[in-house]
Amino acid sequence: MSDPVVRELSMMEAIREAIVQEMRRDPRVILLGEDVGKFGGAFHVTHGLLEEFGPLRVWDTPISEAGFMGVGVGAALTGLRPIVELQYADFIFCAMDQVVNEAAKLRLMSGGQASVPMLIRAPQGATGRGAQHSQSVEAWFMHTPGIKVVLPSTPYDAKGLLVSALRDDNPVLFLEHKMLYGSASPGGGKATTDPTIGQLGRVVPADPYAIPLGKADIKRAGRDVTVVATAVMVHRALAVASQLAGEGIEVEVIDPRTLVPLDSETILASLRRTHRIVVVTEDTRRAGVGAELMATILEEGFDELDAPVIRVCAVDTPIPFAPAAQDHAIPNTADILAAIRRVLE
Amino acid sequence: MNDFTAVLAPFDFTGMEREFLLGMHRRMVQAREFEEQLYYLFLSRPMPGTMHQATGQEAVAVGIVSALAADDYVTSTHRGHAHCVAKGVPLDAMMAEMFARRTGSCRGMGGSMHLCDFSRGMLGAFGIVGAGIPIAAGAALSARVRGSGQVAVSFFGDGATNEGIFHETLNMASLWKLPAIFVIENNQYALSMRVQESSAMPNLAERGAAYAIPGMQVDGNNVAAVYQAAAAAVARARSGEGPTLIECITYRARGHARFEASGYREAAEVERWKRLDPILRMAEALQNAGLATAAELAQIEAEVHAELEAAIAFAESSPAVEPEDYLQYITLETTHV
Repeated sequence: MSDPVVRELSMMEAIREAIVQEMRRDPRVILLGEDVGKFGGAFHVTHGLLEEFGPLRVWDTPISEAGFMGVGVGAALTGLRPIVELQYADFIFCAMDQVVNEAAKLRLMSGGQASVPMLIRAPQGATGRGAQHSQSVEAWFMHTPGIKVVLPSTPYDAKGLLVSALRDDNPVLFLEHKMLYGSASPGGGKATTDPTIGQLGRVVPADPYAIPLGKADIKRAGRDVTVVATAVMVHRALAVASQLAGEGIEVEVIDPRTLVPLDSETILASLRRTHRIVVVTEDTRRAGVGAELMATILEEGFDELDAPVIRVCAVDTPIPFAPAAQDHAIPNTADILAAIRRVLE
Repeated sequence: MNDFTAVLAPFDFTGMEREFLLGMHRRMVQAREFEEQLYYLFLSRPMPGTMHQATGQEAVAVGIVSALAADDYVTSTHRGHAHCVAKGVPLDAMMAEMFARRTGSCRGMGGSMHLCDFSRGMLGAFGIVGAGIPIAAGAALSARVRGSGQVAVSFFGDGATNEGIFHETLNMASLWKLPAIFVIENNQYALSMRVQESSAMPNLAERGAAYAIPGMQVDGNNVAAVYQAAAAAVARARSGEGPTLIECITYRARGHARFEASGYREAAEVERWKRLDPILRMAEALQNAGLATAAELAQIEAEVHAELEAAIAFAESSPAVEPEDYLQYITLETTHV
């Protein structure tokens, strides 16, 4: 028996591979979204799918986010497993009613008759495109009962999590950080790669595999301080951890990978080893994911803390356009470093 | 629609068997009796939640659904009891849901505004105006992908035609020639707002033209006329020609919600529409055509009344929802990994 094939893939390629493999495996999987067909998706994730699967599986929609989200809900209620792609996560607010009032509530409202196995994919995060193409939306949906939220940081995780998300019987929001795609946007060839991103998780098995939702991953083990980070912030935390290792400080970096369900046990177990913890997210501070993680840590791990919990989050602002302003608004490695030093004092 | 008489149609039973016609009549009586009983329940005892009556609109629900197969799909509104009755949702389970009992259609988790029965293609009443419209289109798209031959109907009120989702969905459904039927229940009022006050173009059927969808206005208090319009739309949908927009002109005989007094409309208008009651008109038409006697129709009413008494007894004797029941319905803990 030959060894399984592994290659390096970008996150964009890993997500595409997961979709293609699942569509080959399960005829109930269809794709709906703006420019997902002949254009191949705004970030080329769905490139080639129309050719392989045809127009009954890959639906190029008009610019009607509320409408095609509702079509996805109806298809999911009646035997299909739709993937609904939003061109940018910011556009999900046009479809908010269908996500929050229908997809997320139908199971309970129907007394368990309905299931809505719909996967919503949405690119998010700050990439210099201004306030309406840059925000991180996860807190809105982490707050919404009835929908799961996935936020991968590496190509390896993205492929395995996407497979699980697609096979889940609940609505799942799969948020893809644009700076992690590792591809250029087709329009302007604008690079979508963060300078801190290294080779982490680029090796991806060719065969399908599933990473369960609700299982955090320790991206780097360390005894002195725990950093819980998501998406791009995982990479920035890892860069800081490498730097501090030179000083003999061992930072443990945990990526929850899914915010709903949240693997609080892995985070608390790490806290029980390090007794110091920093939370880093790209979403804004007020009532954000950082606040929720911090509350969980305080409620369940207060006695383990040797220092106050610190959260490092984006400033409570719409993301400004000017690159220097954007960079100021979202956490950088210096912010993370300062927070770690404070909890180590 | 200022001049209702323009769409008032004589009853034409061509091609309809007596049993089928009496069956439609019985369904209308069931829907009426269900809501009348509910009305008195709300008056006479503490009932959970609220309810919106479709009294006077029964011919729309029954006429449309009578043109469907059992496995075709329906989405409904906050005013959805009649659609459920028409789709054959058991009266016992519907009534138990009103009482918030475990035996309810939705296990006591939905209530009046979220009634559904997936085993009968009843995908849900939606309490958000217009929300069911794209969901029906999605069910129609699903039927196309699966090659099942099913069609999907969305019922919604005149008010919903001013929601953006109505326009987005009609455009997509027409582009893709989905097997869908969009039914406007024009009951003249969106709560207190008359159609003429809320719609720049009060002839709502004409809105279909903007999306290359045939739109028709039908006498919505004539169950036979509604059925004929629906049958044509179903045939068109099943043959792959695409969706139809049917505007059924009808009237909300009672207030918006349970005891809302509707002081914004004139008594003469209400009285005029009482004379156009869809059940009275059907009863008269059946007798005029020699298809039923007054005694036979009274017998149907007595039977339905007994069914509803039994439904209320079933609901009253059913176990109440336990406080923690809901916890099992938030997410479905199965995956297929």
